[in-house]
Amino acid sequence: MATDVLVGEEHLAKVRTYFRQELDAARSAGLLREERYIHSAQAAEIDVEFPSGAEPRHVVNLCSNNYLGLSSHPEVIAAAHAGLETRGYGLSSVRFICGTQDVHRELEQRLTTFLGTEATLLFPSCMDANAGVFEALFGEDDVLIADRLVHASIVDGMRLCKAMQDTFKHSDMAHLEEKLQEHAGRRFRVIVTDGVFSMDGDLAKLDEIVALADRYGAIVFVDDSHATGFMGRTGRGTHEHKGVFGRIDLITTTLGKALGGASGGCVSGRAELVAMCRQRARPYLFSNTVPPVIVAGALKVLELIGRTTERRDTLERNTAYWRRGLTEAGFDIKPGESPIVPVMLYNARLAQEVARDLFAEGIYVVGFFFPVVPKGQARIRTQLSAAHEIHHLDRALAAFVAVGRKHGILGKDKKALLEMYGA
Amino acid sequence: MEMDDLRRVVREYVVKEYVEEGVEIDITDTTPLISGGIVDSFSMVSLKRFLEKKYAIKIPDAQATPDAFDSVTRIADLVARIRSATAQAS
Repeated sequence: MATDVLVGEEHLAKVRTYFRQELDAARSAGLLREERYIHSAQAAEIDVEFPSGAEPRHVVNLCSNNYLGLSSHPEVIAAAHAGLETRGYGLSSVRFICGTQDVHRELEQRLTTFLGTEATLLFPSCMDANAGVFEALFGEDDVLIADRLVHASIVDGMRLCKAMQDTFKHSDMAHLEEKLQEHAGRRFRVIVTDGVFSMDGDLAKLDEIVALADRYGAIVFVDDSHATGFMGRTGRGTHEHKGVFGRIDLITTTLGKALGGASGGCVSGRAELVAMCRQRARPYLFSNTVPPVIVAGALKVLELIGRTTERRDTLERNTAYWRRGLTEAGFDIKPGESPIVPVMLYNARLAQEVARDLFAEGIYVVGFFFPVVPKGQARIRTQLSAAHEIHHLDRALAAFVAVGRKHGILGKDKKALLEMYGA
Repeated sequence: MEMDDLRRVVREYVVKEYVEEGVEIDITDTTPLISGGIVDSFSMVSLKRFLEKKYAIKIPDAQATPDAFDSVTRIADLVARIRSATAQAS
């Protein structure tokens, strides 16, 4: 019978061959991801080694989630140092055995106040929070109804849950309402959305979603990772911006973007729901606690942004300046209010070439294409930061115009770009 | 005739359920739905549920593959096969 079973070196060769072929196929299709090595701290200007082995280039950074410019802020670094000194490097434990310090409790309380909720539970990342929350709270009697453009971590989290799954067309409230009606017999109907959508930079219609949830008796879940710290007048998030602060049942968010950018995330919301996550959410139960150095840094971040709205105000001004500049230069951008500003090119190869040419001009951006965004929707995603000064943006705009001229894309709309380059 | 009806039902559902407002796209019986980026595997579950309810069948997960759901024709063929097998078994 099993005469063709390979063992030892022959088996290892078979494994290696299989995955080499997979990697080669991805490379041939132009879909292989390659890391860029950064030789400096995160900032508006960074030193990037690309391709690997090249001399690092000093470039303007337009692709980080460092929205508030706090990733390398001296007060945050000093607080992290102090946390390291007083609470140590690691805890060698999950939270519920011997991994919860006073500072974890303090950070959870501070996040609760900041987000306008009732309770908060820290996770090692927001990816972990999204992986754990649905399975912990919902079961086969319930339905999760998600916007079709929610983040991949939400899709994964939903798949781990036994609840029925459904989706609604992106930000289509009529379609969401149909789904709420269709699933009227379910114990709990949960509306699942991002606050700010990471690829398009548009905002969920949280005011309308909350109104629908009120009318139909549904739970509202929002991943606000690309909004916490700066959306809304005092930076609390998309719920503040849309006038529904205090009315979201479940929020997940991250410490890994505007709030210092290290790592860590949380679930925040109704007390009973968060309490149940503390009992059942597997990434919370079975992975290490958030390190004290990150907790100390995050506490300082919340203190800084609680003192003044100056940083989120600067980010808002930078965003408006950048959007206006790109539009006046003739680029096709996704309209919106968030500091995620996608420059639409539609063609994957064009997006890669434009990103490469911008890097040569000293501007660091990344091209996004299928499967990260839908086919025919390739783009350069630019992201603003409060750390940017006007001279950074002017330099970046000049580079975009030069590269745009080279490729003949200035003043071209979607139809024209598709005619020139294809989808 | 029955297959024509089946394809029409599937096509109408796909257009209503998946084509975004303002997007101009002509869905034919052979338009690639999943490989063409019109339907993703995350959203496919509602189509599977619709077909199961409409035709009183159970589509095994092993057969509900992206390949089998990649066009109106393939979906209709899958439904017809399962309906036929169900009728023979009962």
